[in-house]
Amino acid sequence: MFLSMNWIADFVDLTGLDRLDLIHRFSLSTAEVENEIFMKGSDLSGVVVAEIKSVEPHPDSKKLHLLKVDIGEENLVDVVCGAPNVRVGMKTAFAKVGATLGEITITPRPLAGFMSNGMCCSEKEIGISDDHSGIMDITDDVPNGTDIKDVYAIDDIVFEVDNKSLTNRPDLWGHYGIAREFAALAGRELKPLPTADLSAYDSLPKVDMKIEDPLCQRYSCLQVENISVSVSPVNMRIRLFYCGMRAINFLADLTNYLMLEMGQPMHAFDSRKVEKIRIKRFEKPFVFQTLDGVNRNIDKNTLMICNDNTPVAIAGIMGGLDSEIVDDTTTLTLESATFDAVSIRKSTVRLAHRTDASMRYEKCLDPEMTVPAIARFVELLTSVDSGVKVVSSLTDEYAYRYDKITLDFDKAFVDKYTGIEIDSDTILKTLKSLGFEAKKDGDNFTVGVPSWRATKDVTIKADIIEEITRIYGYDNFDIHTSRAPLYPVRPYEEKTVEDKIKDILVKRYSLHELHSYIWAYYDEYKALGIEVADNIKLINATNPNIETIRRSIVPTQLVQVRSNVGFAPEFGIFEIGRTVNGLKDDGLCDEHKKLCITLYSKTNSVETLYFRLRDMLCVLSSDIKHKELSFKATQPEYNYEHPRNLNEIYCDGVPLGKMGIVFPSVAKKIDKKAAIVFAEIDIADFAKIETAPIVYDEPSKFPGIDIDISFVSDIFAPIGDAIREAKCALIKNVQVIDTYSDETGKSITTRLTFSHPEKTLTRDEVMEIVNGIIEKLQKNGIALKQ
Amino acid sequence: MKEKLEAIRKKAEAELDSITSPEQIESFRVSVLGKKGELTSILKMMGKLSAEERPVMGQLANDVRSFIEEKITEKANEIKEKEMQREIDSMPLFDVSAPSDLSRGSYHPITLVQRECERIFKSMGFTVEDYSEVVTDYECFESLNIPKHHPARDMQDTYYLENGQLLKSQTSAAQNAIYKKYKDALINDGVPIKAIFPGRCFRNEATDACHENTFFQMEGVMVDKDISISNLIYFMKTMLSEVFQKDIKVRLRPGFFPFVEPGFELDISCLICGGEGCPSCKHSGWLELCPCGMIHPEVLKAGGIDPEEYTGYAFGLGLTRLAMMKYGIKDIRDLNSGSLKSLSQFTDDE
Repeated sequence: MFLSMNWIADFVDLTGLDRLDLIHRFSLSTAEVENEIFMKGSDLSGVVVAEIKSVEPHPDSKKLHLLKVDIGEENLVDVVCGAPNVRVGMKTAFAKVGATLGEITITPRPLAGFMSNGMCCSEKEIGISDDHSGIMDITDDVPNGTDIKDVYAIDDIVFEVDNKSLTNRPDLWGHYGIAREFAALAGRELKPLPTADLSAYDSLPKVDMKIEDPLCQRYSCLQVENISVSVSPVNMRIRLFYCGMRAINFLADLTNYLMLEMGQPMHAFDSRKVEKIRIKRFEKPFVFQTLDGVNRNIDKNTLMICNDNTPVAIAGIMGGLDSEIVDDTTTLTLESATFDAVSIRKSTVRLAHRTDASMRYEKCLDPEMTVPAIARFVELLTSVDSGVKVVSSLTDEYAYRYDKITLDFDKAFVDKYTGIEIDSDTILKTLKSLGFEAKKDGDNFTVGVPSWRATKDVTIKADIIEEITRIYGYDNFDIHTSRAPLYPVRPYEEKTVEDKIKDILVKRYSLHELHSYIWAYYDEYKALGIEVADNIKLINATNPNIETIRRSIVPTQLVQVRSNVGFAPEFGIFEIGRTVNGLKDDGLCDEHKKLCITLYSKTNSVETLYFRLRDMLCVLSSDIKHKELSFKATQPEYNYEHPRNLNEIYCDGVPLGKMGIVFPSVAKKIDKKAAIVFAEIDIADFAKIETAPIVYDEPSKFPGIDIDISFVSDIFAPIGDAIREAKCALIKNVQVIDTYSDETGKSITTRLTFSHPEKTLTRDEVMEIVNGIIEKLQKNGIALKQ
Repeated sequence: MKEKLEAIRKKAEAELDSITSPEQIESFRVSVLGKKGELTSILKMMGKLSAEERPVMGQLANDVRSFIEEKITEKANEIKEKEMQREIDSMPLFDVSAPSDLSRGSYHPITLVQRECERIFKSMGFTVEDYSEVVTDYECFESLNIPKHHPARDMQDTYYLENGQLLKSQTSAAQNAIYKKYKDALINDGVPIKAIFPGRCFRNEATDACHENTFFQMEGVMVDKDISISNLIYFMKTMLSEVFQKDIKVRLRPGFFPFVEPGFELDISCLICGGEGCPSCKHSGWLELCPCGMIHPEVLKAGGIDPEEYTGYAFGLGLTRLAMMKYGIKDIRDLNSGSLKSLSQFTDDE
């Protein structure tokens, strides 16, 4: 929203104050002002009012005229002018020799064979409108030679406020409310708004009007006739233009002017079309043509202004084409109303049509404003057009009143909340300057919230703190730290575990951490032949490609691997991210935080890669939890999992996740020759596992004995189990030193290292234990390799 | 006999000259000084000498023996040294100027920035919390003083799920749970609530170089008796000076967020120009950085904390924005691109 300092200065005396500094303070205390501030008129000089004394056609040009103009000096000035609207006796804006208009400086110059000593200007050329159809037609009675800036308020400072920063301030959507802020910041009085006395018309008949829907909070109206002025005064047009609105005609301009001044949208109907004003909604949907000529679909939730049963306007948004003021309109009905803000906002969204009016209504306008707005309208109307007659009494139905809000607090509350000392007089003065009815009794304050702040904005004591502190100025705060007692801060285990995992994977295994999205990417999965696992969906995803939430990060990483195959012949990636495993019993999403690792290699075998991954997982477990992992073969659940070597990962008997190889067809789509393996574990489950304490085992001073035994077995697990079950404290280390395959099958050679803390072991002592293990395995059908 | 001894000495000297290996030395030593060696066999003949000759010859034989022994030791050392030199010379010279193999892992830039922030906050006694990404309407809106139909809900386009839950649109969604988790310690033991909660947030919007539907924020709260606006400003200034590792000027402007009152937009002096004005701050000297404010009484109430007794402040930091500022990342989409060309560049940075 653009704001004019001249307009603000109508309501607060800014004499002697630095206006740019005030704007800066407004930005820090009230609402964000955009960086660019417009110094209107600063690039215009030497333009005066001049009268055209004679008009001669140019001998060689149909468009050009030779003029003699009176610029209030002794001699008339010769000018060549191309404007179509030149006529003798017309007064216009004239740029004298030496005048500046933006970057142009006027000099005498020959034009089509004649000297031109200056320039007649259009309104656009002097920057007060976008009208360039002809030169400015000055109808006001002004002596020739008067500087145009002395006639019209061209010099102004215009600034823009970010609309977003006014969301919660319905009172700041017009200059008068903004002026109140400037008055408070400058410590000056806010002048009352000049209004007409509407009680003078109390004896006139009322308008036939009735609110038939609770969504209309208040409806005020008045009928006037005999409007003869059609073009708005220049100063009014300049203000509208500076604030970003085009001048249309006097009546339309005046409703816009009033909206920019008070923030109250107004509408004028042709009285012939609205004899019985009814405000209501319709059960059946219908099509309605608004005054911009667009047909709009109206449903049962949209509040309408009607002439009895005929809709004439969409309440708070836009009038209808049929009831608009036309050339032969004699009597018009002025509407000044407030409506339910949520309803207006929803209708705006539904109709996809946001207007200057609806933008304001959405903010919860003050219903107290409707009548003063009409009084102000009448005041402005009659001051410009003295022939106007008011033909009805003020007709006003006030259906919904906001509660009057009074807040009590004491000085200690302000001290506590601010943490600084703001004296009672400053508090009182600040609140009063913003229109609050503030009273003080000792250290207790009672504050009445003005109606324009009471629609939603100021409701609790903390809101009063904001009023006091923002005017006091946050830059003026003496800042200090809080004094809190000392308490230990306990780290969050899951977070600590995450950090350790990341460090191990990055630093020890050179993996790369990536981020991704929480949903499945249909297109990318499809390219790899991965089915999207059924899961809970987003209901409002703008892109259908992402509507299903993922159950696993593995497919995400396979997509990532595919897009990175050119990066290096071998790499590994990981992410700690979220997945959702359907719904829990309570109907809420079963969300999990998971670690997913995928390794890719063109240079190593799938076996090497698989064991590298397994060792990574084992290191994570042994490093972070000081515990071993175990693995159990499992069946594939998803079509990207290779049925062989798919293992569930356990720690302390708790299943953590699984590791496996990518299904051949999927792997081939990523890369024809590379090996790709993956693992995924649940972070919360892993974090919950108790960390085993480190118990110091003093190394024996006596020599140990190594025993190598070979068993015929495909896997090590039963051998390891048998060794573990022997529960022998003398076994210090177990290693697989060789595997061998022949016609009898695969054999595994295991080296057991024994040592005793206090003596040298004999071979016999050790063999007794080894034989126990051998016997146990033989019972389970695992033979010693001969 | 004397001649024989002299001959042995001369021969030994000559033979030693031609010896090049330790093995040759050993066989030479045996052939001369061994039990059956030349010198030994001569000494065996000593008994046949006269009583006068014996000590003279004995002396001479001993001289010859020590001479040869000395020569052998000398030769052995010489060979050892030569061997050592040969071993030294056999080591090739490496080209240390050749390009290094720098292959190493990488952290996601968000992890790096997040860790840095966490370190700062931990040093100031904050706990680091984590929260789910799928949350309820109550957590994300209701408990934050954003009732249904509140315009603030329009400000953020939220991803809703079939079961009525949603992907959290702001880290503030964790506030309520954190108040409930720590309120007993606050009320019963007077332990202030000081927590940060970094996390992933989601907005249903089209992506471009400046917009992402998935990004990271970090929220922080402090609640205690007598927490004031003055404390908030002090804290933000101190914290941000740590984050940016320079003395930062902060400026507060009124800002509207339903879960704080008063609410602020916090600007920091431009990091590039220090406040003079430059293209990066659009010549204003300030950068809008983070929203903050005093926690709204209704929000405290929803968390089970009496706003008459306790006050607090809350702030939100855009971790994604911080990472982009810190590393000069211009396109926000690079962060979730999964591209190793982009993301493998971020090594440990603490």
